[in-house]
Order: sequence, then structure tokens, then C-alpha cells
Amino acid sequence: MLEITVNNVSHQLDVEPDTPLLWVVRDELKLTGTKFGCGMAQCGACTVHLDGVPIRSCVTPIAAVAGKAITTIEGISPHADTLHTVQQAWISEQVPQCGYCQSGQIMSAVALLDKNPSPSDEDIDNAMSGNVCRCGMYGRIRKAIKSASAAMATDVVLTPEGSSNG
Amino acid sequence: MGKWTRRAFLTSGALVGGGLIVGVGVGIGIRPGHRTPKLAEFMQEGGQVLVNAWVKILPDNSIRVIVPHAEMGQGVHTVLPMMLADEMDADWSTVSMEQAPAHDEYATADVAREFVLPSKAPGIVEDTLKGVFLKVAQSMSLQITGGSFSVRGTGAWSMRTAGAAARELLINAAAQEWQVPEDEIRTENSYLYHDKSGRSDQFVAFAKAAADKQGPATPRLKTPAQFNIMGKHVERFDIPPKVDGSATFGVDVDLPNMKYACVKCAPVFGSSVKSYDASAAQKMNGVVKVVELGAGIGVIADSYWQAKKALDQVIVEYTRVENIRLSSSEMFEQFGRDMDLAIEQGKEQEDYSQGEARKVLANADNVIEAEYRVPHLAHATMEPMNCTALERDGTLEIWAGLQNPLGTRDMLIEQFGYEKSQIVINNLYLGGGFGRRAMDDYPTQGAMLARALPGVPVKMIWSREEDTQQDFYRPAVLSRFKASLGSDGLPESWENQFVDKHEPVEAPTLPYSVPNQYIHYANSPTHIRFGPWRSVDHTQHAFFTESFIDELAIAAGKDPYQYRYDLLGDDLRSREVLETAAKMADWGKELPEGWGQGIAFHRSFNTIVAQVVEVDMSSGKPRVDKVYCATDPGYAMSPDGFIAQMESGIIYGLTAALYGDITVKDGAVVESNFHNYKMLRMNEAPEIAVEIINSGDTSLGGGGEPGTPPIAPALANAVFAISGKRIRSLPIG
Repeated sequence: MLEITVNNVSHQLDVEPDTPLLWVVRDELKLTGTKFGCGMAQCGACTVHLDGVPIRSCVTPIAAVAGKAITTIEGISPHADTLHTVQQAWISEQVPQCGYCQSGQIMSAVALLDKNPSPSDEDIDNAMSGNVCRCGMYGRIRKAIKSASAAMATDVVLTPEGSSNG
Repeated sequence: MGKWTRRAFLTSGALVGGGLIVGVGVGIGIRPGHRTPKLAEFMQEGGQVLVNAWVKILPDNSIRVIVPHAEMGQGVHTVLPMMLADEMDADWSTVSMEQAPAHDEYATADVAREFVLPSKAPGIVEDTLKGVFLKVAQSMSLQITGGSFSVRGTGAWSMRTAGAAARELLINAAAQEWQVPEDEIRTENSYLYHDKSGRSDQFVAFAKAAADKQGPATPRLKTPAQFNIMGKHVERFDIPPKVDGSATFGVDVDLPNMKYACVKCAPVFGSSVKSYDASAAQKMNGVVKVVELGAGIGVIADSYWQAKKALDQVIVEYTRVENIRLSSSEMFEQFGRDMDLAIEQGKEQEDYSQGEARKVLANADNVIEAEYRVPHLAHATMEPMNCTALERDGTLEIWAGLQNPLGTRDMLIEQFGYEKSQIVINNLYLGGGFGRRAMDDYPTQGAMLARALPGVPVKMIWSREEDTQQDFYRPAVLSRFKASLGSDGLPESWENQFVDKHEPVEAPTLPYSVPNQYIHYANSPTHIRFGPWRSVDHTQHAFFTESFIDELAIAAGKDPYQYRYDLLGDDLRSREVLETAAKMADWGKELPEGWGQGIAFHRSFNTIVAQVVEVDMSSGKPRVDKVYCATDPGYAMSPDGFIAQMESGIIYGLTAALYGDITVKDGAVVESNFHNYKMLRMNEAPEIAVEIINSGDTSLGGGGEPGTPPIAPALANAVFAISGKRIRSLPIG
């Protein structure tokens, strides 16, 4: 038995320890927002957060993350009934086309903005170049990251007491 | 814009369905018999009234549009409802959509027509053709999402007419109820109004009465000035579920007691399993069954990971086939030989001819010649091929993302002997299509695996390696040119010979006026499987013709933009597109050392596109900094969606131009995953500016594909402008 915590819920799992986290999240926990793309950490479709840091779940054995806090796209918003600012920006910039890579893109973008609230173009390049978008929506992703960054900065100004960036 | 549609409608005659259901004969009326009662079985739930084949009015007066195409990111699940709702005067905030089931009534005749006929037929025969091609489509079971056709075919010819007809039926019913003339009734936001008497009511109040009416023979379509929804910015329906992980793609299906499968097929196409040893695999944890699939082996297990690990332990011997030693370079040698042979033996396949190109060339002083080539390309959709299937009591149910669900169904019928009623197809979001998901190899495998384990749902997921090495590829192509210039520097003769002819048939033809042309091809088949790749034959031919025309411009000592402009002659729409792109880019402007511009122009799927790229080669390798794209699709129904399609097509084509290279060694595809089949990424993605010209043309152009063809030649032409090195072979690398 292995124990992992995903989106603040802890799970006891009876899976082979070399099973990649990706397949545990998708097939055991039924959180299918995290996608399989390449199986060798080349495309970023499977990106989740491990203690807040983006990792490629397709090459991360479940045994390596036992006891750690994992966040998937389904748990990325701090509030259950509203979207994360980054997700909202993804809608307002109409980013996704086929949408298959976008969970991974959003996970990488959230991790970037958590660490660096006002990223430069170069910061965006560095943080996002591990995520392939075959529909080629890179320009929209860049724009959405910037508008999310601006929205988060505005939120802080408008709500001096709260730190929520919803 | 409505002329064609009205005529088609007139010919079809309106249909009256039985009971509460009215069928509007949109492109299907030529076929005798009433169609809507049959459809209603599929689409009607409690309390809903099917007003016509494409729209329902729900009890709460909201509108649901039935869309016959798959959503693969092109926005069709939103733009087709926009077109119908606008004509109907529906309240957009209450409009929703559902995807049509895979059923014959939703066959998309227009796709068949487009691929069979090279160009628009004279108006007088259109109606007949429409009927003929509907029959063709139905007999071929086409419900294809492809050919950039959803908006310009289904949307323009069916959705708008259906919306307008539904509106007129409602007006007719209200006029009768209120005892007022029809022309005194107006519609707005899903309400009917008679201003003189102050009466008004919801659409749904008249839905049942409307259902008993004779459909209008000539529903009046709006002019662009009357559009309320078309041409406006509308947020796509499919985006919210794509940002929170809730969208269900084919690979996301979850069924009770489901098992998982991995497959591996023979690396050399045409080869199959000769023998295999699965004894080790069968002993592994969770393994349920090892299945021979003819061309390969599938392992079914309790989990994906168990299936994958077990598959790696199956030892397979494949049959030896003729092509087992073939390589990419040998294929190109074969192409060259077959092209020479065709000329020597007078067996050229003529594609297009005007004037006397050969004769002019024979007498010309300065013949310019060049040979171009492009490699095989894989589609590399982000979602690898997958299919979930359940065989139970002689019925087969499939869950997958399919560009051609009816074709898939018919293939399953043919291959496994089912009746139509024994197959259910659930078509889900496609994680990329680009033509790949029009093929039915993966549903075949899914069905084979499910049939090996009746009563148990089996989800088969390909590895990225399988997806890359078992594709249906954009073919490798060799193309040779000869041209001569007149005293004005403009081409006087143009000869082009190439291999591998598919669709659309007009792909190799020139948009320019050249008096003497001879375009021909030679057949030179290989064992590598062909499949439609975004823009199909346009992808290679735009690179060939737009590069070679650039060579002619240089040879004539002319500016490449001006040369094209002059050659477009009296094609004013094309000239405007080209000129717009040049203006957007400030063509000819001063740029830093090592930077330069390149231009290309191409019309495909009835959309005209010109692109100028700004390229930085100061590091020695080309980096595309900016792309300026001007385009005239006639009218962009969803402008932001259209822009997104151009952006997407450009990145797709640029990825191929810079990196795309599927090579063959010993008969098998070498590349396997994104480390050796490289994708363009964020740090290499250019800034893209798109300008749409709504020329108001009465025939709409597509959006999904036309952005792709010009980008490779635009880049190659920029590389020449900067370095003097002419790129005649892709990828540029």
C-alpha cells in the first residue's frame, strides 16, 4: 500500500511502485484532466505540481511521490467553485483549440506565476518551452500569462486585506 | 450570399414531417421521403420539439443546435450554432449545442462534392450536383470533419438555411394564431412580436404549431449588414471544460470494469506477425489476455502500465516483406527514375495544360530549372490514437475521437459483419485531428481487442512511439520545374512534374497568369501509408510553386512581392490580400544585419492567404520573429476563431518547415517520439499578426487548413533573401 495526497485528499493505493503517477491519477483516482502525451517527459501534457513544483507525471514513479502533496488541474483553483485566475485568463484569451495540452500548459503557467508574478518574455519562454501545443497556441498562451499576471497584481491592490487571487 | 442556398432549397422542396416534427429540406430534400421522423428517434427527448434537422426548441424556450461535425479545436461546435441562431433570431445566451450521433442523415455531402469536383460548378447544375453528392456522401457514409469544410459547407448551406426556415415556420404559425399578416411579425432574441397589436410570445409557444406547417420554399437569408451573431466575437462553448480538466476526450472515457490495452505493430508496413512468444508476458501481474491483431500484438491488462510492461516482454517475429531494406534516399531515387521514365515513355499524367509550354521551353534561351523535395511527415496529434470498445451480445460500442465516424462504422460493419443497428459510436473531443483521425486503423484495433474479451470494455491507448511510427503520412514528394521568362521578365512557360497526386486536385496549379503551362505527374508508389495531413497536397505544392516563383522573380531581377502582384493580373481579391500582407509587414523595410523578409501567396480551400515572415539568421540558423498574415475567406463567421485557425495553421506548417522529417530506414520509420520528431515550442514561436478581409464573396472559404501552405515557402524565401541560399528541400533544420 502506498499513500499519496492529491488535491488535499489522501489516498491509499495498491499499485505497482514503478507505475507512473500519471496513470495513478488518471485511472485510479479518475482525475483525467492530466493527459498522456509522450511518456518520456518531452511534451508536458502530464504536468502536475509536486509540493508546488511542476513535474512530468508520466516519468514519475508513484513510489517517488508517496507522502507528498500533489496538485492536478482539477485542484489548481484555490476555491472549489471558481476558476484560478490563470484558467480565467485562458478563457478570456480563448487559448485552447483541441485543448489536450492545456491542463499541462496551465499547470506550468501557474507554477511560473507563483514563483514569478511578473514574468518577462524570456521567463515565459524558459518556463513554458517544455509544454508542446500542437495547435500552436503559443501566442495566446503568452498573452494569457501576461493578463493573468496583471489580474493577480490588480487583485492585490484592490483587496488590501486579502491575498486571494481567486 | 443566399442565392445558392435558396436555389438548393427551392429544388429540394420543403418537407413536412409527421406529428410534432418538421423537416426542413436542407440539401437532403432531393432524396424522396420524409427524413425527420427517423432523426427524431435519435435526437428527441421528453418535451423537446425538433423544428428541423439541425435545431430544437426546448420547453424553456432555449435553443439547441445539432452539429454534425467533430470538435477538434477548430471551433465548429460554436460557429455552426452561431450561423443557425443568427438566421433564426435566437437569443444567443440560451443557445447550446449537441453533437449529432453517427447517423446517415447527417452525412456531409459537401465534403464529398469538394473532393470530387475541382471547382465550383456552373449555377445551373448545382442543384443536381447537390443531390448527386448527397447520395455519394450517404453511400460512402461521409460524416467527415475535414477539408476546412464545416463552416463553408454545412454552415453556409445547411445551418443558415435551417435557421432561417425555422424562423419563417414560427412566424407562419404565429400569424395564423394571431390572425395577422406574416410580414407584420418580427423576431428578436427568441421572441415573436406583433407591434401593432402589442402581442408577443416566446418561440416555444409556437413550436408545435410550426411543426405542422409546410416548410418555406425560399427562406430569406440575412445579408452581412443584418448579422447579429455572425461575424462577431463569440466565446467558444468548448473552452471552459478545456481549462478545468473536465472535457472528455476519447482517451478519458471511463467505464465500469474497464481493462486497458497496449499494442505494437510491425515496424515495416505490409509486414505482419509470423509468430510470437507471450509466455513471459502472460505471467505478469494484471495481464488478462494477449491478442494477435494481424499486423501486431495487443496486451490487455488490469491497468495501462501493466499492459505496457507486458507488451515489452512479448517476443514477436514478423513476416519479411519486399520493402524491408528500403530507405528514404532510395525512395527519392525511385521517384526520380519514375519521373524520367514517364517522360521517356510518354506516360505522363497530365494535370493541367494550357498553351504550348514544352514548345516554348524548347526554343527558349534561358531555361530556369529546379528540383524540390519534401519528406514524409507524421501528424503527431497531442492525444495519441486510442479507442475504447465494448462487445456485448453481438453489438459493438465504440468511444473515440473520430473525424469520420460513419466511415468508421461502415468499416466495422464490413470487417466484422455487424448490422448497422449493432454498432453504436460515441464521438468525443479530439485531441488534435489534422487528418489523422479520419483514418480507421485504431478503431479497428479497438474492436479486435474488445471482441477478444466480450462483455468487458477495453481501452486501447497507443504509445507515442506507436503513434509516430504507425501513422498515415504526408507523402515524401519530388517536384521538378522548368520555366522560361519573357522579355518583361515574367514567366512565359512553366513546366512542373511531380510524384504522388492526391487531393485537392487543384493544389499544384498556379494562381498566376502564365500563358504556357504544363503540369503533370508520375505515379511512384511506396509502401509508406498515405493520409491527409493538414491542407493535404497544398502543403507540398505551395512550398514548391511559391519557392520556384521566387526563383523566377530573382532571375528576372524583380522584387518578389511586386513580381507576384503583377502576375496576379486582374484577380483583384488576390492582389488585395497580397498587398495587405506586404503593408502589414512594411515590405522592403530596413532590417538589422542577418535579418530579412520572405513572402508567399497561396489559395486553398477557397481561402486566399498571403504571408510575410521576418526572419533573424544572425546566429546562422533561421529564427522566425514575426509572421504577417492577410487572408480573404469571403466572410469570417467567427473572426477570432478564424484568426486562431490561421495562427494554428502557421505554427503547424512552420514546425514542419523547420523540423518535420519522418525518415525511413530498412523499411521502417526511424523517428519515434518528440525527442527525435521535433516540435516548435514557446521559445521559437513567432509573433503572428492576422488581418481578415471580408470581401463579401458569396462563397466562403475554410479556416482550418489554408494558413498552413504558405508558411514554408515564405520562410525559405526569407532564408534566400538573407543568405543567398535557396532552400529546395525541407526541413530547413
